[in-house]
Amino acid sequence: MNDETVLSVADLTVTIGTRRGAARAVAGVDWSVRAGETLALVGESGSGKSMSVLAATGLAPRAARVTGDVRLLGTDLAALSAARRRRMRGRHVGFVFQDPMTSLNPVLTVGRQIGEASEVHLGLTRRAARARAIEMLELVGIPSAAERVDAYPHQLSGGMRQRAVIAMALVCEPDLLIADEPTTALDVTTQAQIVELVADLQRRLGTAVVWISHDLGVVAGLADTVAVMYGGRIVEQGAVDAVFAEPAHPYTAALLAARPDPDANVTELVTIPGTPPSPLELPEGCAFWPRCSVRGDSRCERELPPLVPVAAGHQVRTFYPRQTREDR
Amino acid sequence: MTGESVATDAVAELTDLAVWFPTPAGMVHAVDGVSLTVRRGETLGLVGESGSGKSTTGLALLRLVEPTAGTVQVAGQDVTRWSRRRLRRLRRRVAMVFQDPQASLDPRHTVGASIAEPLAVHRLAASGTARRDRVAELLDLVGLRRDLAERHPHELSGGQRQRVGIARALAGEPDLIVLDEPIASLDLSVQAQIMNLLRGLQRELGLTYLFIAHDLAAVEHMSDRVAVMYLGRIVESGTPAQIWREPAHPYTAALLSAVPVADPPVQRSRQRIILAGDVPSPIDPPTGCRFRTRCPQARPDCAQTDPVLVEISSGHQAACLFAGGAVRAMRAQPTNASSP
Repeated sequence: MNDETVLSVADLTVTIGTRRGAARAVAGVDWSVRAGETLALVGESGSGKSMSVLAATGLAPRAARVTGDVRLLGTDLAALSAARRRRMRGRHVGFVFQDPMTSLNPVLTVGRQIGEASEVHLGLTRRAARARAIEMLELVGIPSAAERVDAYPHQLSGGMRQRAVIAMALVCEPDLLIADEPTTALDVTTQAQIVELVADLQRRLGTAVVWISHDLGVVAGLADTVAVMYGGRIVEQGAVDAVFAEPAHPYTAALLAARPDPDANVTELVTIPGTPPSPLELPEGCAFWPRCSVRGDSRCERELPPLVPVAAGHQVRTFYPRQTREDR
Repeated sequence: MTGESVATDAVAELTDLAVWFPTPAGMVHAVDGVSLTVRRGETLGLVGESGSGKSTTGLALLRLVEPTAGTVQVAGQDVTRWSRRRLRRLRRRVAMVFQDPQASLDPRHTVGASIAEPLAVHRLAASGTARRDRVAELLDLVGLRRDLAERHPHELSGGQRQRVGIARALAGEPDLIVLDEPIASLDLSVQAQIMNLLRGLQRELGLTYLFIAHDLAAVEHMSDRVAVMYLGRIVESGTPAQIWREPAHPYTAALLSAVPVADPPVQRSRQRIILAGDVPSPIDPPTGCRFRTRCPQARPDCAQTDPVLVEISSGHQAACLFAGGAVRAMRAQPTNASSP
């Protein structure tokens, strides 16, 4: 692993104009991901985890106003023309979304779709692109790739379609792979296959991965670092082992405790009252305050807590961090 | 489990149920020989992946799908051939909660009207006042403020909508509630609220549940007994502890090993049994054991014999010719692909 930063995001904000007013989807987010590293963005619906990544890569909806500094391989994306930005994204970033059919064109064979990117970005001929597509289908573990290359998306199972999308995302050997809930629509046994596949390809190709997920179990197995988002902000960030073993934010701790654990015989699960806030009606101060079990004082209600370190490389946005082992 | 006869405490019973659907590509064997009993006051968990037939099994209990073969019994009565008119009575006895409360509630009706509908259908409230009182009582039960009765579904959060779905199911005081993936589309922090609510209501009102889900940890938490389905069949059943700690069917063991655990060092180093390929088509299921095409321990016999559920210990059954032994062999030789 080297220290090369592939994508960095600083003070990213995304505001979306809606009929019901301005929605502050992302409010000042900083993160970066290096070659060979996996950053997981974790959060519930409306936390801003997907929007922050879409905005960083220039895929935010038209109604969104995006500010902040985004650098892909050191290049300031905002300084590029739209065409150059698109070309750079196509060449260096691969995308895998939750529903493979949002990425696949139903009337083209999977081989054409996988090959197309390599024609555009790598200058391959049609024939070379087809050979490359077969190679990619083999790489992602699709059996009889030489035949499946001529299959249409509807002829493949859900798991096979997601493999085809991964092949499409990786055909140009991108520096960065964005995986937005790529296993959420899949069965657990298929999910396990896809997680293994991405981890294996990452080891071989040295790709940086940003994995967006609400599933803490999946994240535990594949992330190096994790950023927990709530109400458009990062509330906790650090190495995955530290964040899971010693969550310092009351939200992270409650989220980890809310999952039933079959090895612990509990009748009542730990719950977080209420629901995640809508970006249209975020509370003042700490966004988690209305649902927080710690609820320090009225300061939480009025003031936004800063993101502060609790340990080396481990930051948290709360006035009342849970005590770490050293404090106890 | 106890010496009591099944007939007296069975709320619902399926015997050799088959549900086939004709499609242009052929006959889909969605459910293909399922027998199960739901006993009064318990939660039976039905777990499986997509295409396992778990939801179709649930729908058959309400006769929302036509059984191709086998019988459906509810509260001691064989309802397999009941007419459409008599079925209305059945649907008071068995209620259903669906995955997507957004889709199962009429967007034009207020919450109160949605909850009152089963009261009107089953003639359970004599007057408008009685109906309003009962709606208020049901809202209390599911932890919603009474004034939400005036709202429409789109003004509610996902968790609140699911609470309305549960209130609707409770309205007819059913013998059995079929919960079909009731937490699957909710945020994690809200899933725990709904699971606690369902368990609390069960304790308070003595309810009986068939809890259908793909989430093994949730099924384990919610259920008194668990049945695991694969390709239209029950392949294993037992207590949650038996299923979780001593799975005897290779499919159950593979499913358990694929469930991610939110503990990074554990999750990274776990020995996983990664199944090859996909679930075969239910149009043309494999001969013999249906799992043999993906089973890491498949042997020649498995193509010849269609295994039936056999008891391996008290209350624990598995449909595998090599039950127990196959799982031990798989765990000794994990097919974990993570080593480079």
